[in-house]
Amino acid sequence: MSEYNAQTVGPLRAGSKARLYATVYNQSLADAALIACPDCDMLQRLPDLAPGASARCPRCDKELWRRREDALNRTLALTLAAAVLYVVANTVPMIGLTAVGREASTTVLGGALHLWRNGPAIVAVLVLVTAVVAPALQIGFMLAIVLGAHREHPPRWVGPLLRHHPATRTWSMIEVMMLGVLVALIKIADYATVIPGVALFVLGALVFLLAGIQASFDRREVWQRIEWAIAGERRAAAGDRSAERAS
Amino acid sequence: MQQGLHSCGACGLLSRPEPGEDAGRCPRCDEDLAFRKPASLQRTWAYLIAAAICYVPANILPVLTTTTAEGTASDTILEGVVLLWSPTGWPLSLIVLFASIMIPSAKILALAYLLITVRRGSVENGEQRVRLYRIVEFIGRWSMVDVFVDVFTAALIQLQPLMSVEPAPGLLFFAAVVVLTMLAVESFDPRLIWDSASPKEVRYA
Repeated sequence: MSEYNAQTVGPLRAGSKARLYATVYNQSLADAALIACPDCDMLQRLPDLAPGASARCPRCDKELWRRREDALNRTLALTLAAAVLYVVANTVPMIGLTAVGREASTTVLGGALHLWRNGPAIVAVLVLVTAVVAPALQIGFMLAIVLGAHREHPPRWVGPLLRHHPATRTWSMIEVMMLGVLVALIKIADYATVIPGVALFVLGALVFLLAGIQASFDRREVWQRIEWAIAGERRAAAGDRSAERAS
Repeated sequence: MQQGLHSCGACGLLSRPEPGEDAGRCPRCDEDLAFRKPASLQRTWAYLIAAAICYVPANILPVLTTTTAEGTASDTILEGVVLLWSPTGWPLSLIVLFASIMIPSAKILALAYLLITVRRGSVENGEQRVRLYRIVEFIGRWSMVDVFVDVFTAALIQLQPLMSVEPAPGLLFFAAVVVLTMLAVESFDPRLIWDSASPKEVRYA
């Protein structure tokens, strides 16, 4: 019985993922400039743009592509700066107060931790995700994407990172948190003397850096450079076949 | 879609599905392909109704509890806005009023309007409706402001026994409204707005 099992499992394990799950890929079109508008599905051909110029959908006015000048280098510089500021912003106190001879201060993490202990824990998780985790992923993904795309043959993992980057951007809310902290500061100023911490200024700079990254990055350029998923799959399948032949 | 081509939601590549297959994967980025976001209308309605239900306790229940030597007081979101209102603080009060009360309700109404017009197969104002969708998408995250205000106020004002501030249950419902409306926006497919304008297309809604 056990021998029988080993025989059937053997060839399957040697096979590629494609054979196990039967991944079906669509066929790409010959004309790479042909696209459908993501907001209204109108089929159109993207013109070749000069750096800084943008193309918009004639039907719904969606910006389809804005070609950035020197996108990779500028994005890399801004992302590195953002990574440094992010680390600083999460280690030093953000706001503090003194009242009747007592002092208190909190970091971004401290705010979430207090909520975790004293309030609805789910909201604490939400604060942690939107103010700490998502920005870290946003910066980390972008750093990996830009470094990967810098190579002559961008490695395979650049594709998945680029695919998931917009989600981290959606849930990263540093700028919203900044506004919230400012409102809280003014509220508290009625009762106590508030001390804006270093992290508050660092976060303020980080908001502008994140906006700068968004404005300097050119997704289309990186998508055009990466290795296609179907090519990697084919190569993996070919590698498996040659491995089988060798064995 | 009219041409039988899939547009990749992640990388934007157009591709032709293999004959006989409903939807494959994007050959460039490996994303699962579909003509439209799957079950877009149902999912958007589900998130939207859940958000509308949470909207009621979010505004009725207190979001902060303040304990002082004199006793305990609880504030709802609206009371927080009123408290902020002062000769110098009124712009902030307006920000919180907009972010916490106007934006969530406007978002729910706007999405319901988009869903109903798509359902009815409206062909008018496509451009305005997609613009409305983009505004809702852009502005939704700012509703989180009040959550952050309450969290950091509570984390800082811990001057026991003189004064302490703690988050209250209303905050949970308010955060739920923000997250649910954001998910509703994510699951809505703006391309549905245009589908009824080209009746020859197969309807996948």
